[in-house]
Amino acid sequence: MANPYAAGASASATMSNVRGNVGGTDPNQGMDVAGYGVGTVLRRVMRYVRPHLTLLVAAFVASAASVVLQLYVPVLIGNAIDCMVAAGRVDFARLAPVLRRLAVVVAAAGACQWVQGYCTNRLSYNTARDLRVDAYGKLDRLPLSFVDSHSHGDLLSRVINDVDQVSDGLLQGFTQLFNGVATIVGTIAFMLSISVPVALVVILLTPLSVLAAGLITRKSASSFAAQQALQGELGGFAEEVIGNQKLVTAFAHAPADVATFGRVNAELYEKGVRAQFISSLSNPSTRLVNNVTYAAVAIAGCASVITGWPTPLSVGQVQSFLSYANQYMKPFNEISAVVTQVQTAFASARRLLALMDAAEEKPDAADAGELPAPRGELELDHVFFSYRKDRPLLRDVCIHVPAGKRFALVGPTGCGKTTLINLLLRFYDVDGGTITLDGMDTRGLTRQSLRSAFGMVLQETWLFEGTVRDNIAYGMPDATDEQVVAAAKRAHAHKFIMQLPQGYQTMVGEGGGALSQGQRQLLCIARVMMCDPAVLLLDEATSSIDTRTELQVQDAFDRMMEGRTSLVVAHRLSTVRNADCIIVMRDGRVVEKGTHEELLAAGGFYRDLYQSQFAR
Amino acid sequence: MRELLMGYLRGYRGRVTVGMAAKVVEVVFDLMTPMIVARMIDVGVAHHDARYVLRMGALLVCLACVGYCFTLVCQRMAALVSQGVGTDLRNALFKKTMELSAEDVDRFGTPSLTTRITNDVNQVQVAIALGIRQLIRWPFLAVGSMVAALLIDFKLGCIFLLCTPLIGLVFWFVMSRAVPYFRQMQTRLDRVSLITRESLSGVRVIRAFRREKDEFARFRRAANDQAATAVAAGRLTALLSPATFVVLNAGVVAILWSGAFRVSVGDLTQGEVMAFVNYMTQTLLAVAYVANLVVTFTRGSASAQRVMEVLDASPALAQAEAGRVEPPARGEAPAVSLDDATFCYAGSSQPALAHVTLDVREGETLGIIGGTGSGKSTLVQLLPRLYDATSGSVSVLGRDVREWPLDQLRATVAIVPQRASLMTGTIRSNLTWRKPDATDDELWAALELAQAADFVRAKPAGLDEPVEADGKNFSGGQRQRLTIARALVGSPRVVVLDDSASALDFATDARLRQALASLSGTTTSVVVSQRVSAVMGATKVLVLDHGRVAGIGTHAELLRTCALYREICLSQLSPEEVSA
Repeated sequence: MANPYAAGASASATMSNVRGNVGGTDPNQGMDVAGYGVGTVLRRVMRYVRPHLTLLVAAFVASAASVVLQLYVPVLIGNAIDCMVAAGRVDFARLAPVLRRLAVVVAAAGACQWVQGYCTNRLSYNTARDLRVDAYGKLDRLPLSFVDSHSHGDLLSRVINDVDQVSDGLLQGFTQLFNGVATIVGTIAFMLSISVPVALVVILLTPLSVLAAGLITRKSASSFAAQQALQGELGGFAEEVIGNQKLVTAFAHAPADVATFGRVNAELYEKGVRAQFISSLSNPSTRLVNNVTYAAVAIAGCASVITGWPTPLSVGQVQSFLSYANQYMKPFNEISAVVTQVQTAFASARRLLALMDAAEEKPDAADAGELPAPRGELELDHVFFSYRKDRPLLRDVCIHVPAGKRFALVGPTGCGKTTLINLLLRFYDVDGGTITLDGMDTRGLTRQSLRSAFGMVLQETWLFEGTVRDNIAYGMPDATDEQVVAAAKRAHAHKFIMQLPQGYQTMVGEGGGALSQGQRQLLCIARVMMCDPAVLLLDEATSSIDTRTELQVQDAFDRMMEGRTSLVVAHRLSTVRNADCIIVMRDGRVVEKGTHEELLAAGGFYRDLYQSQFAR
Repeated sequence: MRELLMGYLRGYRGRVTVGMAAKVVEVVFDLMTPMIVARMIDVGVAHHDARYVLRMGALLVCLACVGYCFTLVCQRMAALVSQGVGTDLRNALFKKTMELSAEDVDRFGTPSLTTRITNDVNQVQVAIALGIRQLIRWPFLAVGSMVAALLIDFKLGCIFLLCTPLIGLVFWFVMSRAVPYFRQMQTRLDRVSLITRESLSGVRVIRAFRREKDEFARFRRAANDQAATAVAAGRLTALLSPATFVVLNAGVVAILWSGAFRVSVGDLTQGEVMAFVNYMTQTLLAVAYVANLVVTFTRGSASAQRVMEVLDASPALAQAEAGRVEPPARGEAPAVSLDDATFCYAGSSQPALAHVTLDVREGETLGIIGGTGSGKSTLVQLLPRLYDATSGSVSVLGRDVREWPLDQLRATVAIVPQRASLMTGTIRSNLTWRKPDATDDELWAALELAQAADFVRAKPAGLDEPVEADGKNFSGGQRQRLTIARALVGSPRVVVLDDSASALDFATDARLRQALASLSGTTTSVVVSQRVSAVMGATKVLVLDHGRVAGIGTHAELLRTCALYREICLSQLSPEEVSA
């Protein structure tokens, strides 16, 4: 309980520690969404549709066919009605073929609808998968600076939600749009072919409902905005108070906050009722126009039948018209719903494309070499580095670690200790100076080969969802069980693993699940032990773990470091005392070097640091 | 979902009834339309009576308009009720979160609690509004169409009795088979996002171990699985609308064929057959809508469950019965005493604090020192009852903390937390937490004591200077001094400083200590620190080591008797300073 008042604050602090204080979390940083016009977006998405082009074509053909067939149905029903005028005046000879035809048309229309639905689904899900796999693959090629400076939630949402939006909106949306437009055009054509004057009644009256809906939408938009603003205010207030819940409780301040919340909430109620009521008018209003149109069609139709003016009409044709009048509005409503969906889909597609087009990690040099058998001699020569150009971090750092020596890095938070790990593994590249391993510039080696020389244990333990065994054998997937157990034993992890319900086959959840912080750390150490790397990079955990585990972790660390070059970001006294050399850093510079005794005797910054509880 | 809604809807019974009744009227009007059109054909057209047609047409328009008015009533009621319930729920949720234990707040997490108060309540609101507006409409329309058809002609109406359940059956068939797929789709999508999340959080480990290719393969497998399930679900759901279309029109064919026979013998008119066809279409629409509603309600009920989870959580502490207790006069009882107090955090086997016994008299100062995780913060949090001791007892001013009314206890013990938290508002609104009606003089006095008066005075708006969220517009040291001042407003009898001067420079820290010392005699202070200099002047120093008492006494006594204390002192101070 390092910080009992701040839930989760310590976790994020650790995060920012390893991720470096890269600064701004503008979600679109390095991913400009503005540059994607409609054409570009469509062209890029089409690239993913192309492998499934047959499905797309089939969907459109089936959609067109089903629209025509469905619109033919009211005509046939009208014909059938005309066969039964009154008692004794039913023309069965004419009726039978009409009904037969009706049955066939209905069956065909149904089949076409199914093909359309099936093809669209398949098309959109498969395209979504391809988009997703590509987006994920992109994450692998991005430089770490990108991953660090963007919210993981935002990146995740691009790979998951935005892909869904694109497949829902752009693919399903477009087929629906096509379907809707085809239905409208088809309905008008069918109506005109039966009777131009009555068709005009429908065609002229329906825009009224579109108008009404538009008017209401515009009106409700402003109330919605007001509601949204209040909702944001309320959410922000709740978040702030809940985040400080313990403090609020300690001061018995909760009643006051509840009152404030209640006040804003009451205001939200007023605005909410208004916004909801206005927006809920849209459906009934279109229905009103629709019903009036229906009445008008009934009147005009019946009048035409009676008077034969302006055009003669049969009762069956009136029935067809009534069906059309009823159905005519539906595609309009659907289209307006789809349009918003397509708009969101475009926004999502832009976010996705921006991710896909983000600058990738510089590839290894063409002549990059491999490292045959690293000895582990490290040299940092006048290294300069910064995460943000306006804030220099490492300044002229020179460190030489002979093979097999144990070096400790100490210094106040933010002095650049952890950054060194980023540079050594080439998660980031230096701005100036060079880093050499066994005398070779690390930039002249392939990243793969360079990284194979290092073993790394970070403060922030990372376990993935899988078995304990898989987590230990992460660096060596084809390891035998004996090797895994041996590594676990050396890391003092074997004993507690055997006490887990399924031993080495126990599943650990994302982030380590039921394991304690110390146990997770031991698993991470075992993981590195498996690989037997030439150089160890350790970032000791600052968070306190229970004493016994802490001793074990420390012992495991010590064993691991035996005979290896190691560089430890140290938070423990024993680590510092046993180091061959302590590098003291401050504000991105190396200010002192030496053994514990030498530095204490020197009475410099190290001594101050050591006395003020060292770790802080 | 049911209990939740029942409880919260109770107050709105009248409005719900009015709204639903209005909806019923509207539906009845809708049901009359095909009948009226049938009359237009059978009477108007058959007798060439154009005026009858017009009259009936006018009636249709009238019904549409009156129906519209009823709909408005219903929509209004729906808005009032759903927003009303939502507002009540938000209030209840917020109040509840204020009563939760710190563990529960951690367990839910601040973002999740906020989401429940905002988004989840919104979902519930949508479901309620939809319930009032649509839940009556569509089933009623389906059943009504069926009844109307039976009334016109019972035999022909039997086709409805066959078709409507058949459509229902189609929905049941498709949905009952598709729902497991939907669920599987969701789990598989969760897996896809889990892998993505893992590869972002573990990006360093993955790259350091050169496992990018394997992770990519893992992701691809998961994405393939997800797409395969989605396609399988899609294959089923694609059946839905064609199947209902076919069933419905098969019904129409049946109506037309047997209708023709009934017409030919004079049992039925042409217009009535038309009415039948139109009722059939209405039924189809209604059943399709009901299916859509099911989806919205499922979503709403998931949200309702998340809301219930919070409302059902038990509050942190049992409240002592209301009413005030008479605090003892000054000096009558020990200000703070712990008797064999032990505390374990939930789910931890090791006590964070074990068997601590100590007494602090009023006006004295208690210093607490020890390493990280030694239990210092835990101990002081027992005083204002942020936690209850697992065993043993904690008393303030001679009374067990569990016997104090919480408000009064917390007004007596003021705590300054480790993390200096300020909230959006003004300096004044942050300072008056303990005493809403504090005068400017009182506030300035507290600021003076906390060494904060100077920088507050320098602010253009003084006490009314705005404070941004988390106090971002103040430096760490300024924030700490403001939180100290906040605790001092209203002269609490016990002040707890939980390592709350760590961001102050040595000079300010010293002045602060001096100022606080001037309160001694009237105010009891408990000072937690990692700095020896902060506690060595205290009347009594408590040394904690892994939750246990390593020593209690004055600085001089402890130097002699407590090895750990001596070690800490020597690591921070020169030998001369230690003995001074």
